[in-house]
Amino acid sequence: MSELVRLSAAQAAAAVGAGELDPLALFEAYRARAAADQLNAFTWVAEGAPEPVGGPLGGVPLAVKDLFCTEGVPSQSGSRILEGYRPPYTATVVERLARAGAPLLAKTNQDEFAMGSSTENSAFGPVRNPWDHGRVPGGSSGGSAAAVAAGLAPWALGTDTGGSIRQPAALCGIVGLKPTYGAVSRYGMIAFASSLDQAGPLARDVTDAALLYSQMVGERDPCDSTSLTFPGPIELPQRADLRGLRLGVPAELTGEGIEPGVLEVFEAAIQLARSLGATVEPCALPHAPHALAAYYVLAPAEASSNLARFDGVRYGYRASDADDLLAMYTRTRHDGFGAEVKRRIMLGTYALSSGYYDAYYGRAQRVRTKIAEDFAAAFERFDFIVTPTAPGVAFEFGAKTADPFAMYLNDFCTVPMSLAGIPAISIPCGLAPPPGGERPLPVGLQLAGPPFSENGLLAASFALEAALAFDGSAVRA
Amino acid sequence: MIGRDEVRHVARLARLELSDEEVDRMAVELAGVLEHISTIGELDLDGVAPTSHVVAVENALRPDEPRPSLARERVLAGAPAVVDDGFAVPSPQA
Repeated sequence: MSELVRLSAAQAAAAVGAGELDPLALFEAYRARAAADQLNAFTWVAEGAPEPVGGPLGGVPLAVKDLFCTEGVPSQSGSRILEGYRPPYTATVVERLARAGAPLLAKTNQDEFAMGSSTENSAFGPVRNPWDHGRVPGGSSGGSAAAVAAGLAPWALGTDTGGSIRQPAALCGIVGLKPTYGAVSRYGMIAFASSLDQAGPLARDVTDAALLYSQMVGERDPCDSTSLTFPGPIELPQRADLRGLRLGVPAELTGEGIEPGVLEVFEAAIQLARSLGATVEPCALPHAPHALAAYYVLAPAEASSNLARFDGVRYGYRASDADDLLAMYTRTRHDGFGAEVKRRIMLGTYALSSGYYDAYYGRAQRVRTKIAEDFAAAFERFDFIVTPTAPGVAFEFGAKTADPFAMYLNDFCTVPMSLAGIPAISIPCGLAPPPGGERPLPVGLQLAGPPFSENGLLAASFALEAALAFDGSAVRA
Repeated sequence: MIGRDEVRHVARLARLELSDEEVDRMAVELAGVLEHISTIGELDLDGVAPTSHVVAVENALRPDEPRPSLARERVLAGAPAVVDDGFAVPSPQA
């Protein structure tokens, strides 16, 4: 392994800033590794480094999920319907990070339109988990997570709609942050479910995640009317203990359905939090068990509307054998979309159709309110809620593809926070063997806080990270 | 819970062609997912307001000032078919 790749992104940025490291040599070291990738983590790799611009990110190159529009560079959202599409503009957040000194290294593979929890739904083939090539990296930001875990990219951008940053971060043994809804501009993100989609960092450690995130937020973007000005800067975390911190553990998300190995590692992390000075007590999120059902109404409903734009008229694939306009639409969409995307479009269209709207969409929006109220009540007594990030460790290819809902259950612990629009981070907290397997795999710990509590979440995660001393270096060799 | 005719009706609404085999599979899969989703029907939600936005934002408007947009040829560059200065599509009537 190149010595340069041993450096964390923050260390590399500091070395560049001190004049000890040539950013072009750093870019080339990662470019060569990304180009030789064996995990299918990338859909495009840069041919050379752009001119260095300086900036706080030090020229440390960035891998970007395929669904972010990047001018002149393929942006396909993992879909055949956008195969080879090169947008005429770049997403605000990608542009912001490039200006801050994180040039585009590569585009990463993902579930088609971010719909999935295993990256098996990509039109460009599944991504392998660097810890075990026979297993999934999670999804939908599986390419970003695998690339960072394997040291093929120093850090990466992902998006999270119901867990798509946190769950792959957990399954690959890295850090992933889903920001407060609105904190990061969605302009130029190919939309899945607009009321839930949020871009965030995937990084090797908490400091790297904080550094990248510090340049993603700021003034609201006039091109995204749902974006918000972040109240104050994101600080690099320094916290050494958890004294005075009140952590709540919801029974609803830490019991049935969680693999015993995951629970064991989670309990150990909770004990560690106590030894660092935190108080940990049970808390109640009574509506959380209904979050998954509400999510799988709302997200497909929004997707069915968002994906109406893929009609073969303005960009992407068009079926060539249609005689009239309607047939052109329906065949283009038949050929261009994969099975899971079709399923969600159908589910969403059904939930929004006349006669079913109130029973599904209307009720789901009310459940969403109850879930947000549960969190608001919990945050009166607790600083943060802690849960396992995912109910299990990385699973084998094909293990959950037969039953759609079995795959959806991966989002069980992450979806409630998405519906409430609150920030949540996943950090690696240990290894556990999969059911029936022996080789241990990473487990993620999720911390969630009130809107705009990212600085606190990062600080607490930093203290826990130091105490946990998780070592992911083996898979970066 | 959801029959083939209903699947075909929803597919028409979604402008999505499905093969007979896809219709059969979709009927089974959607019924399975809908069964799980239907649990939200058990909750008492009387008087609960639906969420419209998770973080309170009001009137997120920008100044109504003219500004340059993307050049026409760059917008058309990604189109499957172009005629004159516009997107070309098949006739609406067969």
